[in-house]
Amino acid sequence: MHSFLSRLNTLFAFTISVLAALTLGVFISTYFEQYHGTVSISANKPIVKHMTDFSANRKKNDLGVLQLDMDMNLNPLFDWNVKQLFLYLTAEYVTPSNSLNQVVLWDKIIQRGENAQLNMRDVATKYYFWDDGDHLRSNNVTLTLAWNIISNAGRLLHVRADGSSSFIFPDEYVTSRGKNSGRE
Amino acid sequence: MHWSRKLISRLLRYAIVISTLLMLWKSLILATNCSQPILVVLSGGYSFHNLGDLLFVTNYPADSIRAGDVVVFRIEGRFIPIVHRVIRVHEREDGYVKFLTKGDGNSVDDRGLYSVGQLWLEREQIVGKVKGYFPYLGLFIILLSNLPLLDRLLLRVVT
Repeated sequence: MHSFLSRLNTLFAFTISVLAALTLGVFISTYFEQYHGTVSISANKPIVKHMTDFSANRKKNDLGVLQLDMDMNLNPLFDWNVKQLFLYLTAEYVTPSNSLNQVVLWDKIIQRGENAQLNMRDVATKYYFWDDGDHLRSNNVTLTLAWNIISNAGRLLHVRADGSSSFIFPDEYVTSRGKNSGRE
Repeated sequence: MHWSRKLISRLLRYAIVISTLLMLWKSLILATNCSQPILVVLSGGYSFHNLGDLLFVTNYPADSIRAGDVVVFRIEGRFIPIVHRVIRVHEREDGYVKFLTKGDGNSVDDRGLYSVGQLWLEREQIVGKVKGYFPYLGLFIILLSNLPLLDRLLLRVVT
């Protein structure tokens, strides 16, 4: 009855139960947390190119190129249930062929313990800003930063930051050849 | 009691337990509108999904899929679903929408994972959105899945 194995078994079962209760406690204690924050974003020097998209349909699509300035302090968001923050910057716009377009331009993972205060200047977009078509010229694009709260246990929450910004692409394409080529 | 009566009553008890579990599982599928509401992570490709984690997935039609969402999708002909993040969304006026996904730890998008010639994911191929997450609980299921035949029944996912 009180053999070594049966004691081990009881200990094991007890440990698992305590861990489960702790995890549930961690989950419930942060269930209603909103994780809001404010950021400041701006886009610099947006231009539009018209190039063949070899990663997609191999046709000529619009490629948007811009640099980003971002300021944010996300240290207050890390509580005991936040393991990691996954930040992503989304560009949202409307075209004649698609009523909604969303393209993620940049993302970053911040682990708990890392510095979550970012002040970035003239950062290139991490991913190509391809349009599904050729409607980026003169298009009004909204940039929104959002984060995904990766918790130890609980909901996978997506929170949009306050402080989105918009910009408008120029009317004309930029060619990679010199100004004297005379063709677009 | 006659031995056959004992046997029958034992079998009935087991049957009640199994059918109750099955009913609970099916109700969960109905409640979340998702064919696989709970999934166990198999591979550790993702930065935050470790082996054995449980993912809770829902698939409500009103809950539209937007950039940044973590979705579970299944490519035609493949058995095991993949959990990655949506990085591009293009939706037309008539409601037709297409997505591009990418794993957080990968530097390239998932076009290499889709079927030959497939450039975008469609709504039908998406099993649901990941809503919640519980660590380690799925390790038991992974241990079970190492038994032959049983692994076809169990709910697993690759990240």
